[in-house]
Amino acid sequence: MAAHLSYGRVNLNVLREAVRRELREFLDKCAGSKAIVWDEYLTGPFGLIAQYSLLKEHEVEKMFTLKGSRLPAADVKNIIFFVRPRLELMDIIAENVLSEDKRGPARDFHILFVPRRSLLCEQRLKDLGVLGSFIHREEYSLDLIPFDGDLLSMESEGAFKECYLESDQTSLYHAAKGLMTLQALYGTIPQIFGKGECARQVANMMIRMKREFTGSQNSIFPVFDNLLLLDRNVDLLTPLATQLTYEGLIDEIYGIQNTSEDFFDKLTVEQEFMSGIDTDKVNSYIEDCIAQKHPLIKVLRLVCLQSVCNSGLKQKVLDYYKKEILQTYGYEHILTLYNLEKAGLLKPQTGGRNNYPTIRKTLRLWMDDVNEQNPTDISYVYSGYAPLSVRLAQLLSRPGWRSIEEVLRILPGPHFEERQPLPTGLQKKRQPGENRVTLIFFLGGVTFAEIAALRFLSQLEDGGTEYVIATTKLMNGASWIESLMEKPF
Amino acid sequence: MDCYTANWNPLGDSAFYRKYELYSMDWDLKEELRDCLVAAAPYGGPIALLRNPWRKEKAASVRPVLEIYSASGLPLASLLWKSGTVVSLGWSAEEELLCVQEDGGVLVYGLHGDFRRHFSMGNEVLQNRILDARIFHTEFGSGVAILTGAHRFILSANVSDLKLRRMPEVPGLQGAPTCWTALCQDRVAHILLAVGPDLYLLDQSACSAVTPFGLAPGVSSFLQMAVSFTYRHLALFTDTGYIWMGTASLKEKLCEFNCNIRAPPKQMVWCSRPRSKERAVVVAWERRLMVVGDAPESIQYKQLTIQVLLDRLVLRRLYPLAIQICEYLRLPEVQGVSRILAHWACYKVQQKDVSDEDVARAINQKLGDTPGVSYSDIAARAYGCGRTELAIKLLEYEPRSGEQVPLLLKMKRSKLALSKAIESGDTDLVFTVLLHLKNELNRGDFFMTLRNQPMALSLYRQFCKHQELETLKDLYNQDDNHQELGSFHIRASYAAEERIEGRVAALQTAADAFYKAKNEFAAKATEDQMRLLRLQRRLEDELGGRFLDLSLHDTVTTLILGGHNKRAEQLARDFRIPDKRLWWLKLTALADLEDWEELEKFSKSKKSPIGYLPFVEICMKQHNKYEAKKYASRVGPEQKVKALLLVGDVAQAADVAIEHRNEAELSLVLSHCTGATDGATADKIQRARAQAQKK
Repeated sequence: MAAHLSYGRVNLNVLREAVRRELREFLDKCAGSKAIVWDEYLTGPFGLIAQYSLLKEHEVEKMFTLKGSRLPAADVKNIIFFVRPRLELMDIIAENVLSEDKRGPARDFHILFVPRRSLLCEQRLKDLGVLGSFIHREEYSLDLIPFDGDLLSMESEGAFKECYLESDQTSLYHAAKGLMTLQALYGTIPQIFGKGECARQVANMMIRMKREFTGSQNSIFPVFDNLLLLDRNVDLLTPLATQLTYEGLIDEIYGIQNTSEDFFDKLTVEQEFMSGIDTDKVNSYIEDCIAQKHPLIKVLRLVCLQSVCNSGLKQKVLDYYKKEILQTYGYEHILTLYNLEKAGLLKPQTGGRNNYPTIRKTLRLWMDDVNEQNPTDISYVYSGYAPLSVRLAQLLSRPGWRSIEEVLRILPGPHFEERQPLPTGLQKKRQPGENRVTLIFFLGGVTFAEIAALRFLSQLEDGGTEYVIATTKLMNGASWIESLMEKPF
Repeated sequence: MDCYTANWNPLGDSAFYRKYELYSMDWDLKEELRDCLVAAAPYGGPIALLRNPWRKEKAASVRPVLEIYSASGLPLASLLWKSGTVVSLGWSAEEELLCVQEDGGVLVYGLHGDFRRHFSMGNEVLQNRILDARIFHTEFGSGVAILTGAHRFILSANVSDLKLRRMPEVPGLQGAPTCWTALCQDRVAHILLAVGPDLYLLDQSACSAVTPFGLAPGVSSFLQMAVSFTYRHLALFTDTGYIWMGTASLKEKLCEFNCNIRAPPKQMVWCSRPRSKERAVVVAWERRLMVVGDAPESIQYKQLTIQVLLDRLVLRRLYPLAIQICEYLRLPEVQGVSRILAHWACYKVQQKDVSDEDVARAINQKLGDTPGVSYSDIAARAYGCGRTELAIKLLEYEPRSGEQVPLLLKMKRSKLALSKAIESGDTDLVFTVLLHLKNELNRGDFFMTLRNQPMALSLYRQFCKHQELETLKDLYNQDDNHQELGSFHIRASYAAEERIEGRVAALQTAADAFYKAKNEFAAKATEDQMRLLRLQRRLEDELGGRFLDLSLHDTVTTLILGGHNKRAEQLARDFRIPDKRLWWLKLTALADLEDWEELEKFSKSKKSPIGYLPFVEICMKQHNKYEAKKYASRVGPEQKVKALLLVGDVAQAADVAIEHRNEAELSLVLSHCTGATDGATADKIQRARAQAQKK
C-alpha cells in the first residue's frame, strides 16, 4: 500500500495494486529461482511500482543490466529479460542466450516486454535463431505509472520528439492503451475533449479500442467525468519559461549554476517576452549570453521563447541568432536548430503576422497584479504568466471552449469533443456542490509549474473541477530542449 | 415391489447385476465387427469403423470403406479409403478421428468425415513401418504413441502441438512386446511394455525395469494390460490366468484374482459407474465376460461438463438445440450463444455452393457485433477452405486489427494488411507488415507503396535510421527531400569520414542539397564550416596543437591564448564575427591569461562596444581589484554605481547615487553598507533620501 497515492479524489493505489498484481502473476509463472536482466531504461519506472522486496518474495535472486556478450554467472533456474520492444535490445538478448547455451546447466529463459509485445521483435529473435529458447514471452502493460495521488506519467523520454518531429505515434498508441487500462479500473470516461493532432489520434485509437472490446461491458461506476487530451505543441511557450514555484525552481536549478544576478536578468527578459515587449528584434541579453558562451540549452530556451512569443522571428533576426550560435558553439548544432524548427519552437514568422498578442489577451496569459503569497489566479506559478495549457483546461470547465473559438483556431491542430455513452445505471447524478473530476493528459510532457497550477485550480473553493494529471513525461524546459538536441559526435 | 428385483441376478457374494437393452443399434452392418478396425469416442461419442481388407488376402483389390456412426448407430459419414494401410483408429478429445497409417502418416477427419489435416510420426517410420499404435488422452489433449518395425516407441503427447519424442531403446528387445500401453504420470507421457516376464517403463530419458507390488509368482508372460481413464489404475493379465489390479505406479496393489482362464483375453478395460467408488475391470474373451473388482476409488472422476456437451452438439451440427440449452441455462453470451454461433459460421463458410457475398452477409446478419465472436477465426476457416475472397469479406467485420493483419499477410494481401495496420495505430503491426512488404515487393514498388502511406513512410524512416542508413538516403532522394538529405550528409560527415578531405566532400554534398532545398542559410553555414575545417587543419599543421572540431569562437580563443593575435584577428575578420562578441571573446581570453597589460592596451584600442563594466567584472572574477579599479572609472554613468560597488568603493558609489538622485541606486548602495565602516555612508544616504522627500 502506497499511502501517498490514495489521498486524492481518485485512489491511484488501485492502479498501482493492479500493476503489481500483474507483475507477481508473471513472476510466479516462472517457477523457481530467478535472475532478472534489465533494460536499464526500465529500472526507474519499475522502482515506482515494485521494490526489490517484492521481487525477492517471488524468488528473484539476482539482477543484471542488459549488456552484450555473456550473462554474469548466476545459480538460478530462470533468466528473465525485462525489456522495451526494441530491435537493438533483441540483438543483445540473442547474444546473451547464444553464449549461455554453450556452458553449464540448462536454464529457462523468458522475456517480459514492457509495455507491449512486439511481432517485429519476435521476428528478429526468430531470425537470430533464439525465439524457441524462450518459454514465456509476455507483455507487461506498464503504461501509466502513478507518481503521486493526482499524477501519472508514462516516463517516455522520447515521446515529444517521436510525435512531433518523426511522426512516430508509438507512444500515442501506448497512451491510448494506458487510458483503456484506467477506464477498466475507474470506469468509462463519458466525455473526451481534445486539442491538437496527437490528441485527435489518441481519441480515435481509444474509440477504436473500445469497439474491439465490445463483449465486456464495463460495469464500474465512472470516477472521471471527463478527459482532456492536450498536445504539447498547442502550448510550446510554457515549458520554455523558468518555473517559479518551489518544486519547479528546484527542478530548474538542479545541476545548473547561475549567479543570482544573472538569474534575475534572465527572468526579466523572459517576462518581457511573455508580456509582449520587444519580441521582434535581437535581444542584447541573449547576445551577451552567446558571447560569454553561457550553456547552449539556456540560450536555445531563450531564443525559442522569443520566437514563440512573436509567432516566429523575422528572418533577419532568426538568421542572426542561428549564425551566432553556430559560430560560438559549433556548426554541428545546425542539426539541433533544424530539429527546433521542425518542432515549431524556432521559426520564421510567416505572413508577417504576430498572433501571440491576440492569444495573450483573449486567454489572459499575462496578469500584472500577481499576489504570490495568496494567489487568486494560476499566473502566480510564473510570476505573472498564466500557463496557456492550464488556461485552456480552466476555460473548458467554465464557461466552455465555445467562448474562445477564435483562439482555438489560431492554435495548432483540431479541437474536438467525443462522448462515450454510458448505460443508464452508471450515469452520474451530481450532488449540488460536488466537483467534477477531469483527467488531463499532456501528450509530449508536462512541467511541475503546470501541475502546481492545476492543483491550485483543484483546491479552489468554487472551482468546480478537480484534476488528475497524466503525461508522457515529467519535464522542464532544459530536459525538453535537450531531448531535441542532436550531437553527431 | 418384486418387479424391481425380478431381473437382477447375483454376481458373486455381495453384488447383483441385471441385463436389459438400452437401445438397439440402427446400423446395418454387412460385415462382422471383428473384421473391422473400430474406435468409439468416450462419453457416448461417435463410432468409427474401417472395414479392414488388408488383413484378408482375398480382397486386396477392394478399397476399404471408412464409416462413422453416432453412438446409436445412425450413419454420419461414409467414404472410400484411398490412402495407405491403417494400423489404428482413435478419437481425439475434440472428436477428431485420427487414422494412423503403417507409413507413419496420420490423417485427421471430422465427425462428418471431412478431411481436416495430416501429419507424420517422423521419417524413421517410413522405412520401418508401424506395427502398432495407440491414441491416448491427457490433460493437455490427445496423444499418439506408436511402435515401429524396429521395435522403437515414438510418441506425441498432444497432436495439436506436435512434438515427436523418440523413446529410449529397450535393451535386448528382439520382437514386439506382448502388450503395451501409454501412461500419463506427473503430466508426462510414458510407455509401459511387457516382454515375457519383464515389465519396462519408458520415459524420455531412460528405460527402467519395474515390478508390480505384490505380484504373484510364476508369471512367465503378461498377456494384456489396461490403464484406467484417469491413468490412476492399471490391470495386468498374465499367462497364469492371474489378474493384478493396482495403481499405475505399480507401487500399490488394490486387488488380485485368479480366473483360471489361460487364454489371452480379446479385451480388458476398466469400468465404473458415475459417483461410485467401486472400480472394476471387465475382461472379455470370445464367449465370456468377466467383471473383476473391489477397488475403492478415492477420487471421483470428472463429469462431462456442460461445455463439452455443447461442443458435442455443435460437432453434430445441432446448433439450434445448443443455443436453446445455452439460453435455458442462462450461460453468459461469450461462453454460450456466441461460441455456438461462431461454430455455425465456421460450418457455413464450408458451403461451397453459396456465394461469398451471401455467406458473408448471412454470417454478419446472425452474428452482428455479438460479443466474443472472432470474425478472424471464421475468416481463417474460410481461407482454410480455399475461399480467400470470403475470408477478406469476413475480416471486414473484425474490429481487432491485431487479428486482421496476420491473416491478411498469410493470404498475401499485404497492402490491405498495411492499411488495416495503419488504421489500428499499432505501430508494431505496421512495422511487421512493412517488413513483409519489403521482402515481397521489388524495391521500386515497395517505395511507391510507402509513398502513398505517409504514416508508414515515417515509421519506415525511423526503422532505417537505426537499421539501414543507406535506405534512408534513398527514401529522401525519392521524395526530393533535399533538406533532410542535407542533414543526412552532415551526419555522415561526422560518422563515416576520418580524413579531412572526406569530411569536406560530405559537407559539400550537404551544402549542395541545402541549395536545392532553397535553404540558403544552411548552405552558407555548411560552406563556412568547410572553410573552417580546412583552416583548422592548416593551423594544426603550422602551429601544432588541436584545432579540429573546435567551434569558430573556440578557435579564435585558442589562438589568442597561444599568443597568435594576428591570426585571431584575421580569422575574426574572415568569418565576420560581430564586434561585440569579439570584444567579449578577447576580454575573456586575456583575463584567462592574466595578461593585464595586453588587456589594458586592448581596452584602449577603441571605444568598447560592450562598455567597461564587463572589464570590471572579469578583473574581479580573477581577484584583481587593482586592475578592476582602472576600468571602474571608465564605466558609463548608468552602470557606474554597480561598478563602484563591485570594486568595493561604497562611499564613492553613494556619492554617484546621490548625484543621480536615483532611488533604486540608493537602496542598492545601502544594501552594501555593512557594519561600522560604512556607517557614515549609510547616514549620508538616509539624509539625501530625507532631503529628496522634502522637495
